[in-house]
Amino acid sequence: MLSTNNNLQQKVTFNFQLKKMKTLLFILQKEFRLILRDKTILAMMLVAPTMQLIILPFAANFEVKDVKIAYVDHDHSSYSQQLKNKIASSGYFKIVANPTSFQKGLEMIEFGDVDLVLEIPPGFEKNLVREGSQKVNLSADAINGTRSYIGGSYLISVIADFNSHLDINLKLPSGRSGSPTASISVASTNWYNPRAEYKYYMVPGILVLLLTMIGGFITALNIVKEKEIGTIEQINVTPIKKWQFILGKLIPFWIVGMIVFTIGLIVMYLVYGIFPNGSLPVLYLFAGIYLIALLGFGLLISTFADTQLQAMFIAYFFMMVFMLMSGFFTSVDSMPDWAINISNLTPVTHFIKVVRLIVMKGSGLSDIGIELGYLALFAVILNGFAIWNYKKTS
Amino acid sequence: MKQLLAFIRKEFYHVFRDKRTLLILFGMPIVQIVLFGYALSSEVKNIGIAVLNNARDVQSEQIISKLHSSSYFKIKELAANYKDIEKRFLQGEIKCALIFPSNFGSDLYKTGGAQVQVIADASDPNTATTLTNYLNAIISHYQQELNPNTTLNYQIIPEMKMLYNEEQNGSLNFIPGVIALIFMIVSTALTSVAVVREKERGTMEILLVSPFKPILVLIAKAIPYLVLSLINFIIILLLSVFFLNIEIRGSLVLIFAESILFIVTCLSLGLMISNVTASQQTAMLVSMMGMMLPTLLLTGFMFPLENMPKVFQWASYLVPSKYYYNITKAVMLKGLGFRYVWKETLILTGMSVGLLFVALKNFKIRL
Repeated sequence: MLSTNNNLQQKVTFNFQLKKMKTLLFILQKEFRLILRDKTILAMMLVAPTMQLIILPFAANFEVKDVKIAYVDHDHSSYSQQLKNKIASSGYFKIVANPTSFQKGLEMIEFGDVDLVLEIPPGFEKNLVREGSQKVNLSADAINGTRSYIGGSYLISVIADFNSHLDINLKLPSGRSGSPTASISVASTNWYNPRAEYKYYMVPGILVLLLTMIGGFITALNIVKEKEIGTIEQINVTPIKKWQFILGKLIPFWIVGMIVFTIGLIVMYLVYGIFPNGSLPVLYLFAGIYLIALLGFGLLISTFADTQLQAMFIAYFFMMVFMLMSGFFTSVDSMPDWAINISNLTPVTHFIKVVRLIVMKGSGLSDIGIELGYLALFAVILNGFAIWNYKKTS
Repeated sequence: MKQLLAFIRKEFYHVFRDKRTLLILFGMPIVQIVLFGYALSSEVKNIGIAVLNNARDVQSEQIISKLHSSSYFKIKELAANYKDIEKRFLQGEIKCALIFPSNFGSDLYKTGGAQVQVIADASDPNTATTLTNYLNAIISHYQQELNPNTTLNYQIIPEMKMLYNEEQNGSLNFIPGVIALIFMIVSTALTSVAVVREKERGTMEILLVSPFKPILVLIAKAIPYLVLSLINFIIILLLSVFFLNIEIRGSLVLIFAESILFIVTCLSLGLMISNVTASQQTAMLVSMMGMMLPTLLLTGFMFPLENMPKVFQWASYLVPSKYYYNITKAVMLKGLGFRYVWKETLILTGMSVGLLFVALKNFKIRL
C-alpha cells in the first residue's frame, strides 16, 4: 500500500518533470524558428565571421618589416657606403632616400615618408680610423611606437654586426686582438613558430574575438528586440519559468556559436593551414564553457537595456574594453598591476590565452586546467546574475 | 532663425532624455583614453622567464642577478630541468628561457668561449624578437664588464633619438585614432539613427508637413551631435594633456578647425545613411558594422597600413578617418603647420561637400 503510494508520487513528479521539459522544448522550437526565419541575421551570424576571419588576418599584421630609412651621408667614404649596403641587404630596411642634409631627412619624417633618418657625419671614416670610434645619429619617428622601437633596435644590431666585421678590426694583430678573451655566445631558438609568422598568433585570436562578438551582441539584441516589440510581455504572462525562458534563449545561440566556432576552425585550416596542435575535444570543451559565459553576459546586457540602440552601445562598449584588455593586441604581462587584475576579470583574456596555447603549443588539460575553472566560474556568475536580474514583472 | 533654434532645442531634449546612451557616449572616450594611456603600451616588460642553471657558478649567478634587476624580465623560480621549462611554456607562464650549460664558468675561463641557450616563445613573434634582443644585450654587457680592456678597437656608436616623443610614451599613436573613432560613433552612427527613428515612429511626416523647410530639419538634427562631438573632443584633449602628459605641439585653432571639418564629414555620412535606410536596426548595422570596421582597420592606428595587401591600402584612400588621423598626428603631436596638411584638408573638404550634396539631393520631402 505504502509502496504504491510512493510509486504514484514518483510518477507524478516524473510527469511534472516531463511537463517542464516539454515547455522548454516548445520554447526551443519557437526560438529556432525565429532564428531560421530571419535570413539577414542568420547570414550575419554565419557568413560575416567567415568573411572576417579570411580578411582580418591580412590586415592585422604587426610584423615590422620594410622600415623606411633616409640615409644622410655627409662623408661619401668607402665605409659609409659599406654600411649603407649592409643596412640595405639586411632585409628589414628599405633605404628610400639619400637626402643631402638632416633637415631634408627630417622633412621626410614630417611628411611621413620615412620612419628613420640615419645621419653619417662628415669625416666619419677618418675619425673612425684615427680615434677608434665614431658616433652616428639615428632619429626615429617615435609617434608610431612599435615600429620605431623595433626598427631602431634592429638597426642598432645591424650596426653592431657591421662593427665586428669591419676589416680594420679583423686585420688587427692577434696581440691586441679585437675579440674579447672571454666571450659568451648566445644560441637562440624560436619555439612553436620557428619562422616567426604573425598569422599563427593572430588567427586564433581573431577567431575568439569573432565568437565573442557573435555571442555577446546577438543574444543581447535578441531579447531587447522582444522587449521593444512587446512580445516579452506575452511570455511573461504565461506560466513559463524564468530559467525556462533563459535556457530557451541560451541553447539555440549556444548551438549557433559552436557551429560558428567549427566553421572558424575549418577556415583556419583551409585558408591558413593552421591545425590545432592540441586535442580537439579539449578545445571544444573550453569553447563550450566560454560560450555559456558569454551568452550569460549578453543576457545580462539585455536585462539592463530597454532599446536595441542602448543594448548595441553597452555591448559595443564592453566588447571594446574586453578586446583591448584581453592581450589580443599587447601582452598582458607588460600592463600595470591594476590593469592585469581587470584583464583577469574578463573571460575573453582566459579564452584567448587557452586557444593560443592549445592551437600553437598543444597544451593539454593538465597544463591549463585552472583556466577551465576560471571560465566555469564566469559562466556561473554571469548567468546567475542575468537570471536574478531578469524580472518577469516590469 | 527662431524656428531653427526651437528645433535645435527639441533635438537636444531628445539627446538628453536617453541617459544611458549619453553616459556611454561620454564614458567611452574616458575609458579608452585611460586604457590606451596606462594599460596598453607597446613596450615589453615584466615578462616571465625561466632560468635553468646547470652551472651554478659565480658567472651564471652574476648574469641571473642582472636579469633580476632588469625591468624586462620576471624570474619566478629557477627551473629544475628541461622538462620543467617545457611545462611552463605549455602553461603559458613564461615567454622565454635561458639555459646555462653545466660547465659554463669553467669554459668561459679555460677556453675563452662559453655558450648559453636562449629559447623564445615565438608564437608572439614581436615579443620574441624583442626579448631575444634584450637578453643578448644583457649578456654582451656582462661580457664587456668581464673584459673591460678588450672592447672592439674600432666601432661605430649609434645614438638613437626618439623624435616628438622622447619619454617614449606608448599612447601617443592611439590618441588621434581614438578621437577619430569617437567622432565616427557620435556623428555618424547617432545622427543616422536619430533621423531614422523619426521615420520609424512616423513623426518625420509631421515635421515635413510643417511650414518648416525640410533642409532645416536635417540641419537641426545635425547640430546637437556636432556639439556633443566637440565636447567629447575637448574631454579627450584635456585627459591627454593632464593625465597622459601629452604635449600638444601644434596650434589649437588649426586642430579645432580640422576637427570641425571632420565632424562635418561624419555628419554628412550619417545623414546619407539615414536617407537610404528605413529602420533603426539597418541604420545601426550599416553605420556600426559598415563604417566602424573600415575605420578601425584602415585608418592605420591599430594595424600598420604598410603591412596590408595592396587592395586594402587602396581602399584606405576612401576612408575619411585616415586623412583626419594623419592631420591630427601631424598637427597635434608633431607640431607641424597647415603647409604639411593642406592636401589632406582639401580631400576631406571635397569628401564633405560631395557627401553633403548627395545627402541633401536624396533627402525625400515626400515619404
